[in-house]
Amino acid sequence: MTAYLIKNAEILGGEPTDLLLRDGVIAEIGTSLDAGGADVVDATGLVALPGLVDLHTHLREPGREDAETVETGTRAAAMGGFTAVHAMANTDPVADTAGVVEQVWRLGREAGHCDVYPVGAVTVGLAGQRLAELGAMADSAARVRVFSDDGRCVSDAVLMRRALEYVKAFDGVIAQHAQEPRLTEGAQMNEGELSGRLGLTGWPAVAEEAIIARDCLLAAHVGSRLHVCHVSTAGSVEIVRDAKARLGREGGWDITAEVCPHHLLLTDDLAATYDPIYKVNPPLRTHADVAALRAGLADGTIDVVATDHAPHPHEDKDCEWAAAAFGMLGLETALSIVQETMVDPGLLDWAGVAERMSSAPARIGRVADHGRPLQVGSPAHVVLYDPAVRRTVQAAESASLSRNTPYRGMQLPGRVVATFLRGHATVLDGKLTSQ
Amino acid sequence: MKRHLLSAADLTRDDAELVLATAQEMRSLADRPIKKLPALRGRTVVNLFFEDSTRTRISFEAAAKRLSADVINFAAKGSSVSKGESLKDTALTLEAMGADAVVVRHPASGAPHRLAHSGWVRSSVVNAGDGTHEHPTQALLDAFTLWQHLGQGTRSGLDGRRVAIVGDVLHSRVARSNALLLQTLGVQVTLVAPPTLLPVGVESWGVETSFDLDAVIPQVDAVMMLRVQAERMNGGFFPTAREYSRRYGLDGRRMATLPDHTIVMHPGPMVRGMEITAEVADSTRSVIVEQVTNGVAVRMAVLYLLLSGMDVEGETAP
Repeated sequence: MTAYLIKNAEILGGEPTDLLLRDGVIAEIGTSLDAGGADVVDATGLVALPGLVDLHTHLREPGREDAETVETGTRAAAMGGFTAVHAMANTDPVADTAGVVEQVWRLGREAGHCDVYPVGAVTVGLAGQRLAELGAMADSAARVRVFSDDGRCVSDAVLMRRALEYVKAFDGVIAQHAQEPRLTEGAQMNEGELSGRLGLTGWPAVAEEAIIARDCLLAAHVGSRLHVCHVSTAGSVEIVRDAKARLGREGGWDITAEVCPHHLLLTDDLAATYDPIYKVNPPLRTHADVAALRAGLADGTIDVVATDHAPHPHEDKDCEWAAAAFGMLGLETALSIVQETMVDPGLLDWAGVAERMSSAPARIGRVADHGRPLQVGSPAHVVLYDPAVRRTVQAAESASLSRNTPYRGMQLPGRVVATFLRGHATVLDGKLTSQ
Repeated sequence: MKRHLLSAADLTRDDAELVLATAQEMRSLADRPIKKLPALRGRTVVNLFFEDSTRTRISFEAAAKRLSADVINFAAKGSSVSKGESLKDTALTLEAMGADAVVVRHPASGAPHRLAHSGWVRSSVVNAGDGTHEHPTQALLDAFTLWQHLGQGTRSGLDGRRVAIVGDVLHSRVARSNALLLQTLGVQVTLVAPPTLLPVGVESWGVETSFDLDAVIPQVDAVMMLRVQAERMNGGFFPTAREYSRRYGLDGRRMATLPDHTIVMHPGPMVRGMEITAEVADSTRSVIVEQVTNGVAVRMAVLYLLLSGMDVEGETAP
C-alpha cells in the first residue's frame, strides 16, 4: 500500500506540519519528515482536516439508480472531502431490514470511495405505523446506530416514544425529520409573505418547531438520544438551545441537531424564480433564519453540518415547481459553503469545522473509526483543502449522477485538493484517483 | 409592455391604461356587424389549457379570432400531465408549430413563468390563470369594467375609488391579480374574508383587510365577490357553508346597504346561494354579464399589444 508524506499542511489551520500516512494510520507528525519512499504531497497553503463525516446523505440505491448509486454518490462524497457518509433509508425497497442495510453497506465497501454507514428506517416502509426491526439492523454487519424515517416525520407521538426507548438497548439514536404532517399538507415553500404572493402553499416554521419541542420532551422523558435533522428555523434553534440547557441540568438524555449547508446560505426569495432547483424540504427560509442557524452552529447549539445530499434526475427538476421533487445536491459544495458562511465571517475556526463536520457526526453515529483528531495513531482519514482559491460551481462537473445543484454558476471559496481514506488517496490534485 | 403577461405586477400604470384604452376600441367593435380586425393575420395563438376553463378559453379564442389570428386549442388536462414533464414537452411541440403566443392555464402556480423563462419557447406567454397565483387578464377585464362604470369620462380615472374583494382570497388568483392591478390604477382595495382565508403576509400587499363585510360595503364603489370552491368546505376554513353565507355572502339585505352607484362584480362561475344570492346576481347593480363581454375586448387588447409590437422573429421592435 502506498504511503503518503503530506508536506507543510496546516492542521486545523495551524502552522505548516508534515503528516506521514502509512498502513492506514497517521504514522508520524512533525516538521521536515523524511519521505522514506512515500509519495510526497505538497500541501503548502492547504488546511488539513480529519476526513469529513456526513450524517445525512441520500445515495438512492437501491431503487433510484437513475438519480444516484452508491458508487457515484460516494465519489461525490470523496470529492467533497468526506470519508464516511450515512446513507438515508428512503430507498426502494426501504432500508428497514437487515438485508437492505447490509446490501448498502456492502456496496459502499465495494465502491471504496468512502465508508458507507446505512441509516435504518424507524418504521416499516417509512409508513409510520409500526417499528421496523431496529435490533436486527443494529446487529447486522452494517452495525446500524442511526435510525430515521427521513423524508417523513415519525409524527405519531407514541411510536416516537417507543422508538426512542427501544434504541437505548443498542445505543442507537433516532434522527427525526421534524415536520408536522397536517400543518404541511401540499406545502411547497416557506410560509411567509412570499408564499402568499406566489400562490405556493406554505410550510410554516411551527410545523418543524412543534415536533422538535415534542421530541425533546419525549427524549428527556424516556432518557434517550434524539438527533434533529436539518434544523431550518430560528425558532428551532431556540428550542434546541433551551433543551440543551435543561439537559445540562438533568443529564441522562442527549439531544443533537444538524443544519444543512443550503440553509446556511440560501433564502426563500429564490422561490420567486419558480425554478424548482431551489425546492427542498424543509424549505429555504428567511434571512433571519439563516442568521440564527449560523449563530446556533457557531455556539454549538447545532452540533453538525449535514448535507442532505438529495440527487434527482433532470426531468424531476425541469418542470413546474409543484411537480418537481424536493432536494438538492450537497456533498461537493458543503465545505465551501461552511467556509463562506462560517469561517470567512469569523464564526467558526477550522477546529470548529472539524468538530461540526467530522468529530461530532462520527460521535452521534457511533462511528469509532472516523472523526478522530489528526494525531499519530489515528486512522488516516484526512482532507487537504485550499481555502484561498475561488471557483465557479459547474453542475456538469459534479461526480454525482445528478445535476441538481442550486449553486451552479455561483462563485464559492475553497476546493478539496485531496482526500485520504485509511491512508489511501481517493482524491488527489482535486480529481478522483479511480475513474 | 413586456414580452409576456405573467403577473399583473408586470404592468406599469402606463401599460395598464394602454390596455384599457385599446380594449375600449376593441369593445366598440363588438357593436358592429363585422366583428373582425386583420391585425394578427398570419399569427398563431395557442390556447394551452391544463385545467378546465371553458369560459376563459372561449374568451381568448374569440379574442384571437376577432384579430384574425390562427387559433390552436390544446386541452392537455388529464393524468398524463400530472407528472409535469409534459409542460416542457408540450411547450416544445408548440414551439415547433410556430406559436407566436401561448395562452396558458395551469393548476400549478408559476407554470406560465416557467414556460416563459426556461428557454423552452420563444413565443409570448400569457398567463390565463396559474394555480393560486395570478390571473392578470381577469384583473384587466375587471379594471376595464370598473373604469367603464366609475372612471370613464373623468380625469382621475379610478384614482381614489374603493373596491372590496370578498371571499376566498387565500386560494384566489383573481384576488391576487386584482389587488396588484387595481392599486397600480390608484384604487383603494379592501380584502374581506374570514381570517382563515387571508394569506399569511397579506399586510404587506398594501391593501386594507377586514373580517367584517357589513362594515366595509357601505363605503365602497364596487364589490367583487369571489367564488368559494367546494373543496374548501371540507378544509376546515369555516364551519359550514351556511355560516359562510351569513357572514360573507352578498344577499339582498346587504345589497341594500350599498351606496346607490356601487356595482357588484363576480369573476364567475358563481355559486348562487353561497357567496351571492340570485337576487343580487340578477339585480341592476350586477355587471357580471358585462364582465364576460369585456373579457373578450381586454384579451384582444392584450394579444394585440403583445404581438403587434413584434417583428416576425418574435423580438420586440425597437
